[in-house]
Amino acid sequence: MLKYVIRRLLQFIPLLFLVSIGLFALMNATPGGPLAAHGGSRHVNPQRAEQLRRQLGLDQPIALQYVIWLVGNDWMKVDADGDGLAESRGERRGVLRGDFGFSYRTRQPVMDEIAQRLPNTIYLMGVTLVVVALIAIPIGVLSAVRQYSKFDLTATTLAFAGQAIPEFWLGLILILVFYGWLNNPFTGDPLLPAGGMHTLGAPFSVLDWVRHLILPVTMGAVGWVAWYSRFLRSGMLDVMHQDYLRTARAKGVPERRVIYRHALRNALIPLLTIFALDIPYIIAGSLYVELIFSWPGMGRLYYDAATQRDYPLLMAILIITATTTAVCNLLADLGYSVLDPRIRYE
Amino acid sequence: MGVSRKPKAQGAAAAALARPAASDAGESMGQMVWRRFRNHPGARGGVIVLSLITLSALLAPLSPYSPVASDMSARLEPPSLQHPMGTDSLGRDLLTRILYGGRVSLRVGLLVMLITLAIGIPIGASAGYFGGRVESMLMRLTDAALSLPSLLILILLSALLTEVQVPLLSANSVLTVSLVIGVLSWMTVARLVRASYLTIRDLDFVMASRCLGASNTRLMVRHILPNAVGPIIVEATLVVGYAIMEESGLSFLGFGIQPPIPSWGNLLSDAQNHLTRHPWLALFPGIMIFLTIISVNYIGDGLRDALDPHKLLRKVGEA
Repeated sequence: MLKYVIRRLLQFIPLLFLVSIGLFALMNATPGGPLAAHGGSRHVNPQRAEQLRRQLGLDQPIALQYVIWLVGNDWMKVDADGDGLAESRGERRGVLRGDFGFSYRTRQPVMDEIAQRLPNTIYLMGVTLVVVALIAIPIGVLSAVRQYSKFDLTATTLAFAGQAIPEFWLGLILILVFYGWLNNPFTGDPLLPAGGMHTLGAPFSVLDWVRHLILPVTMGAVGWVAWYSRFLRSGMLDVMHQDYLRTARAKGVPERRVIYRHALRNALIPLLTIFALDIPYIIAGSLYVELIFSWPGMGRLYYDAATQRDYPLLMAILIITATTTAVCNLLADLGYSVLDPRIRYE
Repeated sequence: MGVSRKPKAQGAAAAALARPAASDAGESMGQMVWRRFRNHPGARGGVIVLSLITLSALLAPLSPYSPVASDMSARLEPPSLQHPMGTDSLGRDLLTRILYGGRVSLRVGLLVMLITLAIGIPIGASAGYFGGRVESMLMRLTDAALSLPSLLILILLSALLTEVQVPLLSANSVLTVSLVIGVLSWMTVARLVRASYLTIRDLDFVMASRCLGASNTRLMVRHILPNAVGPIIVEATLVVGYAIMEESGLSFLGFGIQPPIPSWGNLLSDAQNHLTRHPWLALFPGIMIFLTIISVNYIGDGLRDALDPHKLLRKVGEA
């Protein structure tokens, strides 16, 4: 088992290097390099642009830039004031030591920017996932238990619809209905707020935070509920006809217990794997929600970084996502072997 | 349907994967698939709706209005007889723009499908056919591509491509957007094709052809590919829907098709500024995306059922 984990990690590390080299080259391949959007569009004078290039270390060969990005530049002299002479010692410590450099946009350390936003995304997506599980699991189980019943047909149709609704459009419609059309009958205000995590300047109240959650969570949950409930339904159907359930029934285990203990537990195993693989998509998955509901999270951070070509920030988010993906992949496989003792890794 | 050719193998294992022999009822394999597809209510509805959308997009130039020229005397008009879906903030007829947007979406869908097949089939086929080191390299590549967060990479590539001048790939054209989406969505096809090739390459009829001196290429293209076509067709259909969704998302974010050229996505992003006061601008483009994708998904579902080897086999057994 330990051997297996080590081998997987060894496979994964070179892959991550390749991905980071690829992304790094890609971002530096644009004409004018990363400065194209940084200085070029704002008509910075050429001297200032050159100075900026030197200060940011963009005058170095790409390979060296990559090494600096990776291990830092505190071992070499850098040109901190951009006058063409490398006189002071570098201060960057490199990605391997947890330093992703400075954002071009805000001049803040990239890790600080991420640290500010990540909790908001985890909060939003955490609530969304709990809601998804609470809705999708009963639907999936009931659909399978009563296969081809009216309930199953309705759920199937709704799931097809849920998968075909463009997420961003759903967000707009939710705002239209619950902010634009429906009013609170007592105050005449819109029924639900159209954006933000809470009312700015107002004292903390749980109700206020919950009200701000309802629409974003609904928007994020619909597609996932559709997908997970379908997946669980087919998982349950696979399990339902297996012999051990007949054995359980023959022993006199009540039907409810057969379904929810014996069948569901096994049907959930593949779902857990899918779920582990979905974790890295939390950032991507929250992108539309955060944009439409002005939610200060990672998805919006990435979007802003992309529109303004904030390459250090983009690199950081992509590398972190890729690493999380690999770790979650491994965890999913390990989880599988823990939950299903028939599977062993060597 | 393009699946009515005579089956090449009749072994039980081959039949399970490939198209089994015609039933005694005198119905050919293709006829059987076609009948089963026709009788799938969802697929039938999907074909009808998608045909209507395609037809109306093709006929878009018949509209009396221009999709791009503004008319400041008719700004933000609600739906009426002259403008069945109303007009936008520049006085352009929304119906006309939606029909032209449909041309963009459908072209992106088809192009991405072709790109996906063009990348996915050779990679999957080589991996499944040759096995060994070729397979492990190609599948490692596929896994790496699968582990990339596709929406994030899509945004990054589109953002970068707006600055790069590449011949043929003008920034944010239909071709560019399709290429970017296609390059990130061939992996499922590759996996499916590999799985089929793995099984089929060891069947007797392949061995027979090899003994007769057929080259690797001929075996892969002429003998195995026609027998692996079922899952490819289903996946290719679903890719169309996926591509249309991704394109409208990208355009909504401002990284896809750029105004004034209308696409369903950038129409929605326009509508955002007028959401509560002029809701029709947001309603109609979204409904179009929804209808297109649900139709494509139902067609894919119908094809999956119609081409399902187990069900086909059962039918053959009954006949």
